Amino acid sequence: MRHVIALLVENESGALSRIAGLFSARGYNIESLTVAPTEDESLSRMTIVTTGSDDVIEQITKQLNKLIDTVKVVDISESPHIERELMMVKVRAVGPDREELKRLADIFRARIIDVTDTTYVIELTGNQQKLNAFLAAISPGLILETVRSGVCGIARGERMLKA
Amino acid sequence: MQLTGAEIVIRSLQEEGVRFVFGYPGGAVLHIYDALFQINQAEPEREIRHVLVRHEQAAVHAADGYARATGEVGVALVTSGPGATNAVTGIATAYMDSIPVVILSGQVPTPVIGEDAFQEVDTVGITRPCVKHNFLVKDVNQLAETIKKAFHIARTGRPGPVLVDIPKDVTAQLAEFHYPKTVAMRSYNPVVKGHPGQIRKAAQALLAAKRPMIYTGGGVVLGNAAPELRALVKKLGYPITQTLMGLGAFPGSDKQFLGMPGMHGTYEANMALHHCDVLLAVGARFDDRVVGNVPHFLQEPRTIIHIDVDPSSISKRVPVDIPIVGDVKAVLSDLLAALEALDRRPDEAALTAWWQQIEAWRARNCLAYTPSDTVIKPQFVIEKLWEVTKGEAIVTSDVGQHQMWAAQYYRFDEPRRWLNSGGLGTMGVGLPYAMGAKLAFPQMPVVCVTGEASIQMCIQELSTCKQFRLPIKIVNLNNRYLGMVRQWQELFYSGRYSESYMDSLPDFAALARSYGHVGIRVDRPEEVVPALEAAFTTHKDELVFLDIQVDPRENVYPMIQGGKGLTEMILGSEEL
Ligand SMILES: Cc1cc2nc3c(=O)[nH]c(=O)nc-3n(C[C@H](O)[C@H](O)[C@H](O)COP(=O)(O)OP(=O)(O)OC[C@H]3O[C@@H](n4cnc5c(N)ncnc54)[C@H](O)[C@@H]3O)c2cc1C
Ligand SMILES: Cc1ncc(C[n+]2csc(CCOP(=O)(O)OP(=O)(O)O)c2C)c(N)n1
Ligand SMILES: [Mg+2]
Repeated sequence: MRHVIALLVENESGALSRIAGLFSARGYNIESLTVAPTEDESLSRMTIVTTGSDDVIEQITKQLNKLIDTVKVVDISESPHIERELMMVKVRAVGPDREELKRLADIFRARIIDVTDTTYVIELTGNQQKLNAFLAAISPGLILETVRSGVCGIARGERMLKA
Repeated sequence: MQLTGAEIVIRSLQEEGVRFVFGYPGGAVLHIYDALFQINQAEPEREIRHVLVRHEQAAVHAADGYARATGEVGVALVTSGPGATNAVTGIATAYMDSIPVVILSGQVPTPVIGEDAFQEVDTVGITRPCVKHNFLVKDVNQLAETIKKAFHIARTGRPGPVLVDIPKDVTAQLAEFHYPKTVAMRSYNPVVKGHPGQIRKAAQALLAAKRPMIYTGGGVVLGNAAPELRALVKKLGYPITQTLMGLGAFPGSDKQFLGMPGMHGTYEANMALHHCDVLLAVGARFDDRVVGNVPHFLQEPRTIIHIDVDPSSISKRVPVDIPIVGDVKAVLSDLLAALEALDRRPDEAALTAWWQQIEAWRARNCLAYTPSDTVIKPQFVIEKLWEVTKGEAIVTSDVGQHQMWAAQYYRFDEPRRWLNSGGLGTMGVGLPYAMGAKLAFPQMPVVCVTGEASIQMCIQELSTCKQFRLPIKIVNLNNRYLGMVRQWQELFYSGRYSESYMDSLPDFAALARSYGHVGIRVDRPEEVVPALEAAFTTHKDELVFLDIQVDPRENVYPMIQGGKGLTEMILGSEEL
């Protein structure tokens, strides 16, 4: 099962390697990991997307909690939540493809943020399925480069992850 | 007043009440050694004794042994680069057994970190997976607070080693010294009290049991909860088994104690663990050497109550019905109170029947061995050691067959009397553990039970023992083999003894004498008791190395083969 784990950690050097090291040392999967400081500079927030049985996910959250730098851990995929990921795609945009790519970007509410005679860079935010669907809609030969941020997640409504 | 970083280190150790530092100097820690020298000279009454080991691995082992014997935080001090890498085995050993140790390591100066400077290694990176936590201190103003945190983290919650890496320039810089009185960390607040509802449930389950079993481990020793455990076991009248790490919390010579569980545990302990209907696990982590094959263990339905301060120990390998997160001392006293409040007695009839079953298992007498008056049986040596020391010694061991025999045949009646490496199984710990214990308790007899292979992994410490006058008694069960390896090769590799014979052994007695100690070689069974007695009387104040030539073919039984279930024990060679 896929799970989205959100955590607050002390914004200390080494905190990220402790978490990455935990996953590799204990053989847990990481599908994606994002990290950046929060509005409180002393805290970083991470979103980790992982897969595993219920037992494994329980161990992952316990082991994350056990790290001295970890302030809070929540499996946000256990209740209503929002996931977003940012993607930038560089595409070959010449001839009839140029117009076609623009239309496709509109349909997906993506934005073209860089234009040259031969290329576009298209920016798209959404959940993973939407990003995947967009990539699937472009003929593979046109994709020159993609970069994705990994998933960020937040709970809906009043539930909060606070120090 | 402003102090240098080096002075801050020593003053902080004073504030922590540190009596011994086990260490080895080098370039990156020279300022710290100089501050130690000067402060000790100025204030002899507050002396922090530095114990100069002969290898940094032994520094950490000795600090770890001191911690195991006392319950206080052990302290080691090593230089950068090779000093730190030599310390890693010691750190990992303490980590696996949850022992509170603070390791101070020197580091190259901050401006050259990352430049492959002389004796630079990424100590924080190398040790990260085998410490409870570690720090690199780049600002002298944070040094005192970091050391305070290191001690706090090492000793609270589930204890463990904490490393503080200190660059050389930081030890020369000046800062005001204020040692914090308390630590507040929003990210680290270990639970102490257990959940009252869960404790009540546990009490009910315990009283409803027909075939109850108590299984305790290192957590009871670490949490100093022997009195609470004894009260509980006596109140209930239930059988108890203690892991290799838990021995002594409940008296080993008490009838209710069934012996150790697991791979080399007793028949009665393993049978009772397997067939019980309610299992109370306390500060024990269902190690693979204890429960064996997990699916086999789970075939038998039972209600499991598990008390542990570390939530990640609970339901890690075996699903638990009633988890209680908290400190074992606090939880056990609350559990006792909850049992009182329930006004209900254990089921006497069921308990009598259960004890009858257990006595039948016990009657198999699984620790019986074939005595001999021509060759020395290692089990016999441990039995005699127990008699000669009246069961009151602190016993350390290395790793191998001798370790298992010591655990099986020396009955530990008090906690912190049995020091050994269970989780990492590190050969070489025995002598440094004995050093730490002897420094802590100079009046107690301290014995290191070892093997001719293990002792050679830290034998250089015989020199340290001479310098610091540590009259440790070394009982070398010399079977001329990596005995534990040989046993597996005999049983599972058709007797192909690949590299398990210890060739070219030194004359250990002569070697001990060359270090200035007493060395005695023992060849015959009738010499065992006189030699042991001489070690504790004639040579009371000397280190005595007893090189005892034991039966090279003796094996440790009972034994559960890797991957087998708890009830699938091999009781002796006749069953093979
Ligand atoms: C050659 C060899 C053979 C071995 N054979 C056996 C064998 O036959 N039988 C055997 O038992 N072992 C054996 N071992 C040891 C085994 O490998 C494990 O080290 C041992 O079983 C673990 O003991 P434990 O479960 O008590 O856990 P420990 O490692 O002692 O862990 C302690 C537990 O208590 C918890 N804890 C710590 N402090 C507190 C507190 N204050 N409050 C609450 N909880 C706390 C911790 O979180 C942890 O879960 C062998 C080792 C070797 C090297
Ligand atoms: C550092 C280290 N290396 C290897 C091992 C594997 N090992 C476990 S027991 C053992 C043999 C120990 O021999 P000895 O000290 O003579 O004890 P004996 O089993 O003969 O009593 C070995 C090699 C280990 N536990 N630790
Ligand atoms: Mg041997």
